[in-house]
Amino acid sequence: MTEKSKKEIVIPGEIIAKGDEFLPGDWTMKQGDNVVSTRLGVVEKSDKLIKVIPLSGVYIPRPGNTVIGEVKDIAVAGWMMDVGGPYSAFLPLRECPGFIETSEMENVYGIGDLLVTQIFNVGRTSVDLTMKSRERGALTKIKDGTIIKVNPHRVPRVIGKEGSMISLIKNATKTNITVGQNGIIWIKGDKIDDELFAERAIKFIVENTTADGLTEKVEKWLAENKEGGKK
Amino acid sequence: MAYTKRFDGRKLDELRPIQAKVGVIPNADGSALFGQGDTIAIAAVYGPKILNPKHQQNPEKGVLRVHYNMLSFSVGERIKPGVSRRSQEISKVTEWALTPLVMLDELPGTVIDIHINILQANAGTRCAGINAAAMALAHAGIPMKEMISAVAIGSMGGTITTDISKEEEDYEEDGEKAATDIPMTFLSNSEKITLLQLDGAIPAKKLKEALEAGKEACKKINEYQKKALKEYK
Repeated sequence: MTEKSKKEIVIPGEIIAKGDEFLPGDWTMKQGDNVVSTRLGVVEKSDKLIKVIPLSGVYIPRPGNTVIGEVKDIAVAGWMMDVGGPYSAFLPLRECPGFIETSEMENVYGIGDLLVTQIFNVGRTSVDLTMKSRERGALTKIKDGTIIKVNPHRVPRVIGKEGSMISLIKNATKTNITVGQNGIIWIKGDKIDDELFAERAIKFIVENTTADGLTEKVEKWLAENKEGGKK
Repeated sequence: MAYTKRFDGRKLDELRPIQAKVGVIPNADGSALFGQGDTIAIAAVYGPKILNPKHQQNPEKGVLRVHYNMLSFSVGERIKPGVSRRSQEISKVTEWALTPLVMLDELPGTVIDIHINILQANAGTRCAGINAAAMALAHAGIPMKEMISAVAIGSMGGTITTDISKEEEDYEEDGEKAATDIPMTFLSNSEKITLLQLDGAIPAKKLKEALEAGKEACKKINEYQKKALKEYK
C-alpha cells in the first residue's frame, strides 16, 4: 500500500472540529467548544454536519440490511438467530413465506442452518428478521456454496457504488455472490475453482479498501489472476 | 548518596523505548501490544456481546470486565499460572480506570471483556496493561469519550523519576528501601486521573511534583498510542 489515502483516520477523543462550525453527527460528541470523535474511523463532513465512519468493531444491525445468519435455537413461534452484533436476532414464524406447522419448524430451518435474511426492525436490545421479500428468491436458506467472513465495515467497498464492484467480480468469476451487511458473504458457482477465485478477489478488495482507484486495481487484478484461478 | 544518575543512563524524565502495535490478535474484536522497555503487555477485547447469566446484565448500561494475567514465563523465576490476589487487585483497578471513558450507556445489557496478558515483566506492568487495553478498546470500535495513558512515576530517595524499571523499584539507600512507586493514569483531553496508587512513602509536596511529571509522560505515551492506531489501515 504505497498510495497515500486522502481520508483522515481519527482516534477516540481526537478533536475533529472547533467552535460552532459543525454539528456533531454519528460517533461524535461535544466536549466544551470542540467536537471530538468517539470511535476509530474516518471523518466525513457534509455541509454543517460532521460524522465519523467507523473502521473496526462488531456489526451494528440496521433496519433494511440483508444479512446472513445462523439458526441458533427454535423458540415457540420462531427461530433465534445469530447475525453478528451484540444482540441476538429473532425470526418470527409469521415473517416466513407460506404456512408452516409448528411441529414442522425443525424441518424448515434447523439449528445450524444459514439463512439469507433481512432485518426489518431494530429495538433497543433486540433485532427482528424477516424472510419475506419483494424480490423472489432473494431471501433463502443456504444449501451449498462457499461462505467467507470479512470485516463488516469493509462491506460497502466490496459492494461498490450501486453494486458495481460486486457485479464486476460476479461477471469475471461466473459466480453468484450474496453479500450480507454483517460481513458474511455467500459465493455460489458451478465449479469450486470459480468460487475460490471469487473468494481471493474479495480478500484482495478487503485488504486494499483504503486505496484510491480501487475499481481499476480490481479489474487489473482479475485480468492478471484469471489463468491462475482456472488451473 | 542521592539518586542523580539512573541505572540505565536515561534522563530523569525520559521514558523507556516504547513499542505499540494494533491488531496483534486476529480472532479478537480488538487487540493491541504495548511495550515499555522490557515490560510487554498484550490486550484483547471481545465484545460488546450479550452478558450471560442474564441476572448479571444491566438494562441501563453495559458492563466492563478486565482480566489481568502475568504469564508464567514473564519473570525470571517462574510464577504460578492462574488467578492470584495481586492479579485480581490489578484487574479491578484497571476496570475502574477504564470505566469512566467507555460510553457504556450506549450498550445496554452487554459485556465487554478485556484480557490483559503480560508477556514480559520489568516493573510498570499495570501501566503497560492499561495502555494496551486503551488501544485495544479503540481498535474494537467501542465508543469512548477520550483516550487514556498510564505511567509509573518513582521517587528515588526524593528524586522524581519517570517510568521506573525493576532495578529502580528495588533501589536502596543505606540498606533501606528508598524507592516509591506511583502508577497513575491521565485522560487525554480532560487530563483527569482515573488511577493513582502509591507503594512506599512520599511527602505531599513531592507527590504534586510526581503528578506533574506523570502528566508530561502520559502526553508522550498518548502520542505513541495515537500513531499506532492511525497506522492501522
